[in-house]
Amino acid sequence: MSHLVLKNVKKAYGELEVIKGVNMEIEQGDFCVFVGPSGCGKSTLLRMISGLESITDGTISIGGAVVNDVPAADRGLAMVFQSYALYPHMSVRQNLTFGLENMRTSKAEIKTKVAKVSKMLQIEELLDRKPKALSGGQRQRVAIGRAVVREPAVFLFDEPLSNLDAELRVEMRREIAKLHHDLQNTMIYVTHDQVEAMTMADKIAVLRLGQVEQFGRPLDIYNHPNNIFVAGFIGSPRMNFVAGRAGEVSASDIEFITDNGERIAFHTSDFDVPANAKVTIGFRPNHLSVSQDKPDFKVKVHGTEQLGGESFIYAKTLKDEAITVHLGGQTDITLGTEVGVTIHRTHLQIFDTETGKSLRRRA
Amino acid sequence: MLMILEPIMRVIEVPMKFLQTALRLKNPAWLFLFPNLVLFGLFAFLPILVNVAYALTGSDGILLSDRPYVGMQNFTDLMACESYLDPNSCKDDLFWRAVWNTVWFTTLQVGLMVGFALITALILNRDIRARGFFRAVFFFPVLLSPVVVALIWKWILQREGILNAWLDGLGLETFNWLLDRDWAFGWSVFLSIWAHMGFYTLILLAGLQAIPRDVYEAAMMDRASPWRAFRRITLPLLMPTMLVVLVLATIKGVQTFEEVYAFTGGGPGSATTLIIQYVYETGFAGAPRLFGPAAAASLLLAFVLVVLTVIQLWLNRKNVDG
Amino acid sequence: MAKVMSFLTRTRGNGKLHWTDWLTYGYLLLGVLLMFLPVIWLGLSSFKTDAELERFPPRILPMAQETVEVEGYDDPLPLYQITGGDYAGRTLAQIRRIGLNAQMVDPTNPTERLNVNIDDRQAVEHFALATENYSELFARFNFLKFFWNSVFITSVATIIMLTVNAMAAFALSKYQFKGRMVVLGLVIGTLMIPQTVVLVPLFLITKELNMADSLWGVIIPGAATPTGVFLLRQYMLTIPDEILDAARMDKASEWKIFWRIIVPLSAPAIAVLAILAIMWRWNDFLWPLIVLTSTDNFTLQLALNSFQGELNTQWSNLLAMTMLVLLPIACVFVFLQKYIATGIASTGGK
Repeated sequence: MSHLVLKNVKKAYGELEVIKGVNMEIEQGDFCVFVGPSGCGKSTLLRMISGLESITDGTISIGGAVVNDVPAADRGLAMVFQSYALYPHMSVRQNLTFGLENMRTSKAEIKTKVAKVSKMLQIEELLDRKPKALSGGQRQRVAIGRAVVREPAVFLFDEPLSNLDAELRVEMRREIAKLHHDLQNTMIYVTHDQVEAMTMADKIAVLRLGQVEQFGRPLDIYNHPNNIFVAGFIGSPRMNFVAGRAGEVSASDIEFITDNGERIAFHTSDFDVPANAKVTIGFRPNHLSVSQDKPDFKVKVHGTEQLGGESFIYAKTLKDEAITVHLGGQTDITLGTEVGVTIHRTHLQIFDTETGKSLRRRA
Repeated sequence: MLMILEPIMRVIEVPMKFLQTALRLKNPAWLFLFPNLVLFGLFAFLPILVNVAYALTGSDGILLSDRPYVGMQNFTDLMACESYLDPNSCKDDLFWRAVWNTVWFTTLQVGLMVGFALITALILNRDIRARGFFRAVFFFPVLLSPVVVALIWKWILQREGILNAWLDGLGLETFNWLLDRDWAFGWSVFLSIWAHMGFYTLILLAGLQAIPRDVYEAAMMDRASPWRAFRRITLPLLMPTMLVVLVLATIKGVQTFEEVYAFTGGGPGSATTLIIQYVYETGFAGAPRLFGPAAAASLLLAFVLVVLTVIQLWLNRKNVDG
Repeated sequence: MAKVMSFLTRTRGNGKLHWTDWLTYGYLLLGVLLMFLPVIWLGLSSFKTDAELERFPPRILPMAQETVEVEGYDDPLPLYQITGGDYAGRTLAQIRRIGLNAQMVDPTNPTERLNVNIDDRQAVEHFALATENYSELFARFNFLKFFWNSVFITSVATIIMLTVNAMAAFALSKYQFKGRMVVLGLVIGTLMIPQTVVLVPLFLITKELNMADSLWGVIIPGAATPTGVFLLRQYMLTIPDEILDAARMDKASEWKIFWRIIVPLSAPAIAVLAILAIMWRWNDFLWPLIVLTSTDNFTLQLALNSFQGELNTQWSNLLAMTMLVLLPIACVFVFLQKYIATGIASTGGK
C-alpha cells in the first residue's frame, strides 16, 4: 500500500482555488519532488500535507489513516523550511531538542539522539552556537538535523536550497540524497529548480496552476512529457518548439509542415496524429545539428555562447520561434548568419497545438 | 527572568490548550486577545458610553440609577453665556475661564515650544561635538514627573528663591512670582515648555536626519547659500514632521494638567486653571461632586481631541505614503 | 588643557570657528544650564538646614555653623569670629543674643561672659550636608510606605501590561481571523480617547469594581494601553511566520509558541515598552490622585504633592523627598537614555 495518498485534494481561499484536486500516491521510501513555476501551488500542497494549511476538500492519508483533522504536530512529519526557520534565540542544541522536549522524550534519549544526528550531519562542533554565528550551509545542516532528530515518518522540504550559493547547493543536494539513502524515509521535496528535481527525485510531480501536470520517474517525464508545459519545464536548456500542421500521415511516417512552409518528414509510429491537424513539434537542443546540406529548416543566429568544450547557438526561426542548438566542441558560426538545422529523428515530441497535449500513442 | 516565569507559563499552557479544544477554535487568536479586550472594554470603551450617560443626567449621585435624565441641561448650563469672550457673563464662569486659559496656554506653549524645539533640533543636527550628550541634556526633563518639575521651579521661584536673589543682586525688582496672575500664567507656560520640549526636539531631529545628505550636497553644488538651502530644502522636507509635531503638541497641550496643578494649584484665583483641572475639581475635588458638568465638559474636550487626532492620523498617513 | 581647547574649538574641519559655531555652542551651553542647573540647585538645597534654606540671598553650597562644647552649657554653642571691637581677632562662642548685642564666651575660659556688638561677629562655618533632611523622611513621614506603594504599582502594572499587551499583539500580528481589522480599529479608537477625558466614568467603573482607593484601582485600568499593543505588534510582524510553523511542526502548543518563541524574539521591543511603562507608572499623577484617597495608599508623587500643600511641611524635607522621587528616574536615564529616547520617539509619547 502506498505510504502517502492524496485524494482529490483541494484548497480554496474564498472563491480562489489554488489547489484544484490533486491525486497522488507516494510509496514508502520514495523521494518525491514537487516542481513547478512560482505560484503553481507546490508549497501550499506541501503545507497541506504537513498540516500547517487546512484542506478545503478531499483527503490526505498517511500510512492508511486519514489525517485531515490531525494537527501538524501529530502527523509524524518533519519539515525543513526555505528560510531554515531556526529559532534565533536558541543554541543549535536547543534547536534540535525543542521538538523532542515538546514530545516529552526522556532526557537520556534526547541526548543520544542529538549525539547521533549531530555526528551524522557533522554539526557536533556547532551545538553551542547560536544560528546567527553559522554560515548558510551550516544553518541548512542544523535545519535538516532538527527534522532528522525527530525520526519522522515523512520528511518535508520546502525549497531548502534556494538561499544557498550555487556551489553549496550542489554539495547539499548530494548530502540530502545521501541522507535519503541512509534513512530510507519517505521524503517530499519542493523546488522550482528542475535540475534539483531531475537529480534527486525518485518521482517528480510537475505542478502548474494548482494541478499535477505529470507525475512519474524523472527520465520518463524527460523522455515522454505529457504536454508542452512539462516538456518545456523539464530539461535545460529548455526544449525547442516549432508550430505548424501535419501534412501526409501514414502508420509509419508523418509529414510536418512548419508555419513557414518547410516540410519535414519523420519516420515514426509513436504518435497518433490526425492528417492536417495543427500540431507543434518539440525537440531538445542537443537533438539538433547544424547542416547546410538539405536542412529541415533555416534559423537566424542572434547569439552564441562558446564554452570551449561545448557551444550553444541561440537562433530564431523565420516565424520568430526561439531555437537553441547545443553543439559538442566549438563552432565558427557568427551572429546574424542564417544557418540550416536538422532534427535528430529519434527524439521527437509532437503536441496538439490547441490543447498542448502530447500526441504520443498510449502504450 | 524567563526561567523564573517558566513554571507559571507551563501552568497557563494547560487551560489554554483545553480552551482551544473545548471552544473548537481553529486558531487561538481570541484567547490571546481576551484579557486585553476585557481591559479595553471595561476601561476604554465602556467609559466613553458612560460618559455620555453622565453628561445627560443630573444631581450629585454617583450611580446612574440615582441620576435623573436632564437632557442637554448640562451642556446648556456650560454654554450659557452672554458673551463667550467674557467668562464673568457666563453661568459657569470657571468653565469659561478654564477654556480661555487653556486656549491661551496651548497657543503660547505650542507655538514657543515647537519654535524652540525646531531651533534646538537644527542646532543638534549640525556637525557638533558630543551630540549624544547634548541631545540627552535637552531630553532629560521629559523623564521627570510633573510634581517634581513643579517643585523644582517652585523652589527657584519662591519669594526668597534663587531667582529673586539674583535679581536683587543685580539691583532689579523682585516679585512674588506665583502670586501674580500674569507671572504665574507665564511661568506655567515656561515650565510646561521646559518639561516637554525635549520630546519634540527628538522627533524633529529624527525628521532632520531623515533628509538625505546628498540633497544638501547637490544644493551646495548648485551654489545655494546656507540660508537658501534651509528655506528651500530643510523646511519643505521637514514640513510633514513639523505638522505632526504641531498637532501632537496641541493634543497634549489642551490636556495639560498635572504639572500646572502641582505648580500653582490653578491659582492665583483661577488664573492658571486649565480645562482638565476644571473637570477634576468639578467632578472629584469639590463637594458636592458634580459629575454631570464634568462629564459634559470632558465630552466637549473629547470632541476637540478626536478632531485633532483625525488630523494627525491623516497627516501620518500622508507621511507614510509619501 | 590644550587638548580640551582643541576639542572645544575643533569644528567644520577647517580648524576655524565660524561665527555660527559660536552661536551653536552658546545655545547649547545655555541649554545645559537651563536644563540641569534647576535640578542641581534642588539637589544642593536638599542638603541644607532649614535655617540655611531661609537665608536670603541663598548661598550655593550647604553650610553649617561650627559649634563647640563649652563647660557649664548643656547645648553646643555656635562659634563666631570677632571682626571688630574689643575682642577683635578672637574666636568666641555665643550664649544668647540680646538686642543688638550678643553675650559670648571664650571656650578656653568658660567663666567669663563677654558682650559683643552683633555687627562685629562673623559665623565660623564649614561645608556640611544636612543629611537629617533625608533621615527625617523615614522617621517623621511614612516615606517607606509611599515608596513601597509606588514600587508595587509600578512593577505589577508593568508586568500585567507587558503580558496582556504582548498577548494581544501576538494575536493581531500572527493570526488571520475574522474581526482582526475591527479589533485593530478599536485599538486605534482608544488612542483617540485619552484617559483624561473619561475620568468621571472611569472612576465610577473602578469604584463599582471595588477598586477605588486601592492600589489595584491604579494598576488595572491602565494596563491595556493601545500604545503598547501597537509597538509590540509592529515588532512582531517582523518575525518570520516560518519560525512559528517550525515550532508547530515541533509539537509546540500555541501558548508555548507565544512564550518560548515570540516573547524571546520580541525582547528588544518588550524592553523598550517596559522602560516606558515603568516611567509612566512611576510618574503617574492624575489617575492616582483621583483613585487614591487615603494617605496610606498614596504613591510618592501624591505624597509629594500633598506635602507641598501642608503648612507644617518644611522645605528641607520636601526638597529631600523630591530628590528621592527624582533619583530612580535619573539613574534609569543615565543608563538607558538612548533606548528611552528611541522608544518615546517611536511611540509618540504616551
